[in-house]
Amino acid sequence: MNRKPEEAAKTIGSYALLILLSFISLFPAIWIVMSSFKTGNSLFSDTLIPHKLTLVHYQELFEQTKYLQWFLNTLKVAALSTLIGTSLLLLASYAISRYRFAGRKSMLTAFLVLQMFPGFMAMIAIYVLLNTLGLLNSHWALVLVYSSGSIITNVFVAKGFFDTIPKSLEDAARIDGASHMKVFLSIMMPLSKPMLTYASLMIFNGCFVDFIFADLILRTEEKRTLAVGLFRMVNQSNSTEFTLFAAGAVLVALPVTLLFIFLQRFLIEGLTAGAMKG
Amino acid sequence: MPKKTGAAVLSAVIPGLGQIYNRQWLKGLTFLLTGMAWFYFMIHGLTGHLRGLITLGELPSRMVKVGKMTRMVEGDHSIFMMINGLMALLALLLYCGFYLLNIRDAFMVGAARARQEPIRSFGQSLKYMGRRHFAYLVLAIPLTAIVFLTILPLVFSVLLAFTNYADPILPPANLVDWVGFGNFKKMLSLDVWSSTFVGILTWTLCWAVIATVTTYIGGVLVAVLIHQPRVRFKKLWRTLLIVPFAIPNMISLLVMRNMFNNQFGPVNKYLGMIGLNGLPWLTDPFWAKVTVILANMWIGIPVTMILAFGVLTTIPRDLYEAAEVDGAGSAHKFRMITLPMVLFATAPILIMQFAGNINSFNVIYLMTNGEPVNPHYQYAGDTDLLVTWLYKLALNQSQYSFASVIGIIIFLLVATFSIWSYRRTRSYKEEDMIT
Repeated sequence: MNRKPEEAAKTIGSYALLILLSFISLFPAIWIVMSSFKTGNSLFSDTLIPHKLTLVHYQELFEQTKYLQWFLNTLKVAALSTLIGTSLLLLASYAISRYRFAGRKSMLTAFLVLQMFPGFMAMIAIYVLLNTLGLLNSHWALVLVYSSGSIITNVFVAKGFFDTIPKSLEDAARIDGASHMKVFLSIMMPLSKPMLTYASLMIFNGCFVDFIFADLILRTEEKRTLAVGLFRMVNQSNSTEFTLFAAGAVLVALPVTLLFIFLQRFLIEGLTAGAMKG
Repeated sequence: MPKKTGAAVLSAVIPGLGQIYNRQWLKGLTFLLTGMAWFYFMIHGLTGHLRGLITLGELPSRMVKVGKMTRMVEGDHSIFMMINGLMALLALLLYCGFYLLNIRDAFMVGAARARQEPIRSFGQSLKYMGRRHFAYLVLAIPLTAIVFLTILPLVFSVLLAFTNYADPILPPANLVDWVGFGNFKKMLSLDVWSSTFVGILTWTLCWAVIATVTTYIGGVLVAVLIHQPRVRFKKLWRTLLIVPFAIPNMISLLVMRNMFNNQFGPVNKYLGMIGLNGLPWLTDPFWAKVTVILANMWIGIPVTMILAFGVLTTIPRDLYEAAEVDGAGSAHKFRMITLPMVLFATAPILIMQFAGNINSFNVIYLMTNGEPVNPHYQYAGDTDLLVTWLYKLALNQSQYSFASVIGIIIFLLVATFSIWSYRRTRSYKEEDMIT
């Protein structure tokens, strides 16, 4: 029985390590939340929990900046992109997974190759195009690029999902005389709910946090999305608005983070499915 | 002449003629009109656009004397000509597809007629198409989106690498020309470019290796730590440690950049409180590199943790029990059972993550923006990766052609590793770990 103290030490060590790791993983989040409630606008306070809590930065956010407008812009772009992107993705991955047609293999290879180009190489070309055509500063440009881009980034995960649905389900429906469209709408669509959740969350989140392309395209303050607005707020080298940024960041990150944690199961499924097929 | 050959030849001469010969009037008429419409566009414009793609413009902007006044007359706009030329090329390809299908259709229907089979009416043909070629119909919309919004811009940017479209040669004031592999040669032989390129390439590869290895090992260790039988509240720990993955990384990176601020950041202030000198986290070339790697670990470890967790739950318990009977300690069990199992299941991802890390734009751009600036580099700093350099070259310096060269090089790098990993997974799939 001389192993007991050793075991206990190991247990305590494990917990200590876990607490330390959790602290590290939560620290930036706690720090930004605390900063947003802090008076003044400086980066630093000697205690993690500020002496005086205030909501003034949240108020400023809505009164002095166009935060609400940015929020609405982001919601508009993200909702449209998610809707269009998910439907396009659904169509493409369904056809590729369930049908065997000439050119299928080469299409898959093409998708694979397209994924290997640095993501915004095409974006820069689109920027040059929009710039020469004078079409900058439009939300539709963002929606189109996000939704078409989401097909290529998610098609393998989605295809992998459809591959797992047994063929017999479809065959049974076919024997009963269901058409292709009917099979797709009344059998495949309901079954693909977990995949749809995963894909739309990914697309939605992507729109919420992308600032590179949005920053290129959106020229005026009224058109900006949240990510661009916040990025601009803190990126200027002489920025003194740190606490304001903190408040804005909390308002953006909180819903997204909670959504992610809430939908953990789907995310893990998606990640592992994508990885196994990779 | 047999009916099938006759119909095919007629369709080859004029699209739709073979269909009419096959007595498919409406279909033939549709094909005929499509063919004629295309012929019309071919004469009006298409050939001009295609020629424009080759020449990229012949007339530069110039001053012209009109009476007593000299006026600026706009010349050809090379970039517009390139875009239009690409569209024309795409239209040409589409037409070729249509033309071949038209001949094939005439041939097939001709053959069916020779076999005395009934000929489908237009409506029946459409219905048949919907049934037989459902996949193509469904794919049409997503593919159009991809062709116009992804492939066309990509081809355009690849083509830019072979032009001299870089500040100060910017249309409409100047004409852009094809220069073949000139930019690639400059990148390798011209001293200002090649030293930057070699420096950044080296750092990019080091970064990709270090970033991949640190997040991978970290993630596996954390997963193993939580997975120990003695640890309770597994779900709670997992959720706490997943938080960095859930926070939008754009936000967390901007926050971290402020945390590591040399003068005002809390990291240095806290270090100061316990009597340590702060470090030049973001301003010293070496420490800036360390900082981005730390930030990347913070973001990346949860992903590997989730994956490793998935693998750990699938390892059969009796493997461990058998090892215990043989007297193996926990370190031994980890090395002989856990690690090989996890490695086996996640090896393909490891290489994909490596390829992905070559392109991790956000971490660098948001943490350091490539800084500190290196005076020996052409438009780049010490922590710049190839991707961020590409971005700076295109957007801040208008060096479009060089940016495209970098893009192609990144593509070649990523493609090499991806193909290599694909080969490996294929060979892996043929063996089984547990039999």
